[in-house]
Amino acid sequence: MADFNEENVRRDVRDWLKANWDPNAKLVDWRNKLADSGWGVPHWPVEWYGKGLPVSLGQVVDDEFARANAVGVAKTGIRMLAAATLLEHGSDFHKDRFLRRILTGEDTWCQLFSEPGSGSDLAGATTRADFDGDNWIINGQKLWTTSAHHAQFGLLLARTDWDEPKHKGLSYFVLAMEQSGVDVQPLRQMNGHASFNQVFFTDAKIPPEHLVSTEGNGWQVAMTTLAHERRGAGGLHGTSREGPRKGNIYDEERAEIATVMEPYKWYPQRAGRVDLIVERAKATGTITDSHIRQEIAKLLILSKSAEWTARRARAAQQQGRPQGPEGSLGKLAASNIARACAHVHTLITQTDVMLTGQESPLGGTIAEILVSVPATSIAGGTDEIQRNIISERVLGMPKEPRFDTGPFRDVPRNIVT
Amino acid sequence: MDYSFTDEQEQFRSIVQRFLKEKSPTSEVRRLMETEEGYDPNVWRQLSEDLGLPAIPIPEAYGGAGFGPVELGIVMEELGRSLLCAPYFSSTVLAANAILNTAFESQKLDLLPAIASGERLATLAVTEPNGRWDAAGIECIASPTADGFQLSGTKSFVLDGCLADLLVVVARNPGSAGFEELSLFTLAGNADGVTRRALAPMDATRKLAHIEFNNAQATLLGDLGAGFAPLSKTLDQAAVALANEMVGGAQALLEAAIEYAKMRMQFGRAIGSFQAIKHKCADMLLDVELAKSAAYHAAQVASEDDPDTSALASLAKAAASDAYVRTAATCIQIHGGIGFTWDNDTHLWFKRAKSSEAFLGLPSYHRELLMQQWGG
Repeated sequence: MADFNEENVRRDVRDWLKANWDPNAKLVDWRNKLADSGWGVPHWPVEWYGKGLPVSLGQVVDDEFARANAVGVAKTGIRMLAAATLLEHGSDFHKDRFLRRILTGEDTWCQLFSEPGSGSDLAGATTRADFDGDNWIINGQKLWTTSAHHAQFGLLLARTDWDEPKHKGLSYFVLAMEQSGVDVQPLRQMNGHASFNQVFFTDAKIPPEHLVSTEGNGWQVAMTTLAHERRGAGGLHGTSREGPRKGNIYDEERAEIATVMEPYKWYPQRAGRVDLIVERAKATGTITDSHIRQEIAKLLILSKSAEWTARRARAAQQQGRPQGPEGSLGKLAASNIARACAHVHTLITQTDVMLTGQESPLGGTIAEILVSVPATSIAGGTDEIQRNIISERVLGMPKEPRFDTGPFRDVPRNIVT
Repeated sequence: MDYSFTDEQEQFRSIVQRFLKEKSPTSEVRRLMETEEGYDPNVWRQLSEDLGLPAIPIPEAYGGAGFGPVELGIVMEELGRSLLCAPYFSSTVLAANAILNTAFESQKLDLLPAIASGERLATLAVTEPNGRWDAAGIECIASPTADGFQLSGTKSFVLDGCLADLLVVVARNPGSAGFEELSLFTLAGNADGVTRRALAPMDATRKLAHIEFNNAQATLLGDLGAGFAPLSKTLDQAAVALANEMVGGAQALLEAAIEYAKMRMQFGRAIGSFQAIKHKCADMLLDVELAKSAAYHAAQVASEDDPDTSALASLAKAAASDAYVRTAATCIQIHGGIGFTWDNDTHLWFKRAKSSEAFLGLPSYHRELLMQQWGG
């Protein structure tokens, strides 16, 4: 392969878009063309829809797509985590069977990891996979599964050996969601939204070739998925680019993004909406209250300090310096900010916090903040788990004694009914 | 906006850190805090001649090194970590900046070179027995005389006030009030009409004086009645420096707490393996790192003369004060009974944290200043 540099990559992608981009094409047709050309995922290997481009030159390609207002491959949701995991651990059969339809957006994926009995302790999964000679037979329950109700495939972590220690008895599968043994039910949250699902398996079937990597290696594979999730967490939430975007293909893309974004529409409220605080305090007249002024100032100090801490972490990363402790603190800081926001919004909103819905402050937004903030210190790793990680990995403090190192069969665990 | 230190700045930090580690172990801190002067003139001379620290924020034109708030912040952070007993905050941070912000060119040329070289110790006297840090709280009067001004009134909480060769004093025109008609004056610490008395500071590493002025002859700095703006700027710069000093102290406490938690055995295991302890440590780390970000950011914007410097100085002062005090209390808690003893070093930083909390104004005062600028 020729040497890549910014100049020749920019020229090549620009020429290719000039010759091929058509805003009136059908979205699937265009994305198939992207897959064939390698320009949809240029950092992927040449044999699998990419160009083997160094990741650092990806921005050049993105810039040229933006310049041409060209639509890219489907990137939202769990599908890119599936793709990254299959590229690393999947067989050629998996790559051939699944990757193209991930890129075209024809298949939607979901992640079947969390269970009612294993939240923070993900490796304690008890959904079982038993081989009956022809297929793996799946029984159990998964939880917090975004998009399960319209997904074609799920990334499943299930127990295949109960006599090994818990991390070693897990295997990783691709499960076809559209089958009779899979029952998807919405899971309603305390804020009234149902962004996630519970998925019940009753003798669901997985053909042997849908095992990813080897039996018992599921935890390693799952770690790959989770690493990509952490790295690209922001990328799960797609947004349409601004600009003059008229044509069939844009409408199709907008509809796709709207579907993916639907479960996340309360996420800004979950973070606390610090941006509303000063304006609201002025509007309600509470800005003159000396106690409320103090509480607002504390919140602004916390929020700005966390923002600058994140920038310090990014600056260190960009300069190639070893990551300092500041890089591990964002999640815990976000929880503190969300809680402080809920507290200050309450002080500002006063008796109106008893209300919800259209007639309540900001058409229900304040109420939604108050009943969504509790999710922040739980989702994606609870504050308690974050503190364990920070104290053990950053501060080098000793671990708690463990009681789950023997055969999983003997480990005390939840009884899920 | 930079969110990292340059390689040169990191090298400078390690030089300062090495020097302070050698010259200011807690045994020295304990020895010097029991003395009246509160510092070691030999160490001060080395710090001035070998490292040039008093020259850091002073422009080269006045014998300084011409560095800015970021480099000063690095020095302050390391001073805060080591608790060096020395008149650095009073002379370099307060007095030198007050003179730089207020004085005429000829006065700067006259006063600053000896401060930059460390030969002259100066301080700034703002606060009075009423303990207020806002300029409207100043009652000290400067009355015009045939050949200058005479000061009358009382200053208190004056850092190194008994030690200073040169006093920079904030006073007001007779009959004035509020933020108007304030001026800065200089006079020798031992001038006629000046009576100095050492206060008993809770933090013995930071000497405080009560100073009475009884018709003491003084020299006006800059223009008469134009003192409010330069004083405010000086106090903002001091708040930024103090914030950086405080995060250095907080870092030292954090490290001490973690080291102890890893070593101390109870119930057959290191107490640091209990989540009750390790979660406290994680929260401390978050607290200290956020305060560092605020302190570093304030130093950076101050070096760019950003109009938001005053708000961000108050933000940093409030953030670092709260983090320092919380970290000191948690550090004692993690040490348990031993942490409450005189022999354990934790109380040295605890007391610095408490005195720094009130010095230049409590966090609540600075939060209100922040709100006046950001919240309307």
